[in-house]
Amino acid sequence: MVKPDVYRSLGLSDKEYQNILRILKRKPSNTELAMFSVEWSEHCGYPRSRKWLKLLPKTGKYKTLIGEDSGGIILDGLAIIFKMESHNHPSQVEPKQGAATGVGGIIRDIFTAGARPIALLDSLRFGPLSETYNKYLFTGVIDGIQFYGNCVGIPTVGGEIYFDESYSGNCLVNVVCIGIAKKDKLMSARAFGVGNSIMYVGSSTGRDGIGGCSILASHEFKAGEEKRPTVQIGDPFTEKCLIEATLEAINTGYVVGIKDMGAAGLTCSTSEMASAGNSGMDVELQAVPRREENMEPWEVMMSESQERMLICVRKGKEEQIKKIFLKWDLNASVIGRVTNDGIVTVRDNDKIVAQIKAHALTKAPIYEMPYRKPKYLRKLNKLALSKIPEPKDYNQVLLKLLVAPSITNKNWVYEQYDHMVQTNTVVLPGSDAAVLRLKGTKKGIAFTTDCNSRYCFLDSYRGAQIAVAEATRNLVCSGAHPAAVTDCLNFGNPEKPESFWQFKNCVEGIADACRSFNIAVVSGNVSFYNENPKGAINPTPTIGMIGVINNINKTCLQSFKQEDDIIILLGYCREELGASEYLQEIHNVTKGNVPQLDLKLEQAVQKTTLKVIEKGLVNSAHDCSEGGLAVALAECCISNKDNMIGANINKLNYDMRADALIFGESQSRIILSCPENAVEKIRKIALEFKAPFCIIGKTGGRVLRILNDTEELIFLSLEDLNEEWRQALKKKIEE
Amino acid sequence: MKFGVVVFPGSNCDQDCFYVTKDVLQQSVEYIWHKDTDLDRLDCVILPGGFSYGDYLRTGAIARFSPVMKSIADFVKKGGTVIGICNGFQILLEAGLLPGVMLRNRDLHFICRHVYIKTENNQTRFTNLLNTGQILKIPIAHNEGNYYIDATGLEKLKDDNQIVFRYCSVTGEVDDRFNPNGALDNIAGLINKKGNVLGMMPHPERSSEEELGSQDGYFIFKSIVNWLERKKAW
Repeated sequence: MVKPDVYRSLGLSDKEYQNILRILKRKPSNTELAMFSVEWSEHCGYPRSRKWLKLLPKTGKYKTLIGEDSGGIILDGLAIIFKMESHNHPSQVEPKQGAATGVGGIIRDIFTAGARPIALLDSLRFGPLSETYNKYLFTGVIDGIQFYGNCVGIPTVGGEIYFDESYSGNCLVNVVCIGIAKKDKLMSARAFGVGNSIMYVGSSTGRDGIGGCSILASHEFKAGEEKRPTVQIGDPFTEKCLIEATLEAINTGYVVGIKDMGAAGLTCSTSEMASAGNSGMDVELQAVPRREENMEPWEVMMSESQERMLICVRKGKEEQIKKIFLKWDLNASVIGRVTNDGIVTVRDNDKIVAQIKAHALTKAPIYEMPYRKPKYLRKLNKLALSKIPEPKDYNQVLLKLLVAPSITNKNWVYEQYDHMVQTNTVVLPGSDAAVLRLKGTKKGIAFTTDCNSRYCFLDSYRGAQIAVAEATRNLVCSGAHPAAVTDCLNFGNPEKPESFWQFKNCVEGIADACRSFNIAVVSGNVSFYNENPKGAINPTPTIGMIGVINNINKTCLQSFKQEDDIIILLGYCREELGASEYLQEIHNVTKGNVPQLDLKLEQAVQKTTLKVIEKGLVNSAHDCSEGGLAVALAECCISNKDNMIGANINKLNYDMRADALIFGESQSRIILSCPENAVEKIRKIALEFKAPFCIIGKTGGRVLRILNDTEELIFLSLEDLNEEWRQALKKKIEE
Repeated sequence: MKFGVVVFPGSNCDQDCFYVTKDVLQQSVEYIWHKDTDLDRLDCVILPGGFSYGDYLRTGAIARFSPVMKSIADFVKKGGTVIGICNGFQILLEAGLLPGVMLRNRDLHFICRHVYIKTENNQTRFTNLLNTGQILKIPIAHNEGNYYIDATGLEKLKDDNQIVFRYCSVTGEVDDRFNPNGALDNIAGLINKKGNVLGMMPHPERSSEEELGSQDGYFIFKSIVNWLERKKAW
């Protein structure tokens, strides 16, 4: 009998241990116990979330591909593969290496599919920068991303950064990688064909990262724990060589299947490749290249050393494959072969140390988790607007919002990332979505990541729907057709019913919104246990969305392009201040109802925008999000620093609180600018789609001026707006 | 014309240089693995950007020991045309094919953005299609672009007209405000005394097509082609 404290220290419950005894019909060896513990951890096996993830649509208007480790869409014979993954806890423990290996891990998921990685995006969340430790995490994570991404030669083209108290003590690092391949060159993560060889390639194995997924990722942080040894160390140079060698190896046609060794290392890659291929596998650990002496078999099986892959190679072709990896100065060693018994057999010096049915390892149990609507909602959803004083000086409010870390310009961050390597980046970071061309075609893709977690905290279902809607809106503003989603679901401890309720409602919100837009969720990742000793993070279902641009010459930017253009607002302004950045930043209140979301209206606005962009009628398009109309207009004026253009907004006439009008966050609103002679054409198209259309002013001058009826709310020079907005983050970091 | 793009382990702009040469300039081009040593068939060698050997030890410090580097030194001696971009420039400095060294950027951060550079010398095989004083919009992306050389060295560079590009403002003012990385005398690119080796930190291959926001880099490559064609005609 294994002592309970042994299996519990590996993260297994008593019930799970009993289950293992039933499966094996004997006492597990140490190696077997370790293997079960990682494969059944939430990080690998999704036992707590799997039931609900089935709600997400797998098909949509674009043809989808769903693989073992990633998914994508098909576009004219090209497979565009993408996935988002979290590396939250490692980054909280050791920000630079945590973020760096997060980048490395997701890149491997993409090129193991046979796709060349072409872009990265990061969705990052931290506690307020006023706390020194948060600043350390923030700068450390940025440093890790630039260290890894720049060296490996994949442009970091976009993403988002938010700051909120709930992330103090548990930051979020969600990384997206996008890759492309010829459709018929895609690889799967399967091992099959009796007698085919199992090869280990890449870096050698050490003791780093042992238990990373079962211990670190599948438990919440408690005060005073030392978890640094469970974080892996990244080497982007080796990864770059591994990318080139792997793609070269796949090109030979001798590779049957391939999988990276990320979370749960050899355990995961051996059992999942065997299971997916409906085969067995017999491996000898002595053949595994190592960087440390005297490693126990279970340590070899659990290690999360980075930059390693497992390949199933056609029998007799091992030498050809080996030659490619040796050319790139990487290890390549045959460690086993495919069998037909469905069993993963692990040997150490020929002595069997583990022997488990592959399916038993990979089919983690499914748990029914209890859920309950959080008690805080009843209190927090009530907002008495009468108790919120209207500002005396709207200019000051706008300037304050423009320097709010979640809103302010992020150039200090993205200029540290190489966002142009591979020469595909057509729209650089800072606009609504990143745009990449697809060389050799007229087409392009746009990508965005979005989630307002304050919304999800105050209304999980609608907040998640808004995350999807905002992502589609951002893509549309770039001239792209929303095509498919990857999601990264970051939540608190799923064993707490209120946290699980948030998870369940967010998944339902994503599923319903995606169905309404007819787009599929092709890949994703769940990260639970995001808690610090004070409580859970805001529910954060980050949406990564890809869009298709039919003509790369018809992309659109958020910045105004020329003087004397007419400014049009599509959509309605409602008196909605609940959950806004304005309430949070100016009044220090996180309360109220999340803005309404009418998906029909949303689509009307989006279809209009897309059509006017594709017809070349508009010069800019920008959605209204955090900070509302005023912040969006300011961004239109100043986001192109080489060509800032003012605006006179003198045609608003709303009977509502002025702060709600210009700082409220009503959804489904897009600001367009166009030459005067295009206005009527745009009006007609808006009418055709039934999108609310309103001329609100004109571009020009060196000032942003906003009036409601005759009341002047905003009068600020472009220089004042720009100075604050462009420097705020740098100042915060350096102060 | 025949171009060769050198591939070191860790090079990451090799494919971009290959693409520009082949698809934009319509020239013949091949990859040169860093262990290859035969360069005789080539008219121009491109040392691309990236992180050769992970930039471990010091940028370019390991790459200069690759077998191809000895052949490149011979190629240079015979008058062959070599352009080193970013990491390629750093390798040329480490190999002693260009004078000076690279320090880390003044603010100790990686910097990726468009900058403006001024053409200081158009009497070279790399700039013959540009005017003296012409301002180019072109991206940089590096950690170590802070060029340094001692006072005598700098005087020599000036005397021999070896400084080809300087960082400047959009209107061409060369001063410290428009120096992104702290490079001595705003130096962004220079040639050897003989004039057949150019090293530059900015990336012309990232600014050779209108879609990417600038075509200014194209004229550097086109100048090389132009010069090589004229030379063939002699």
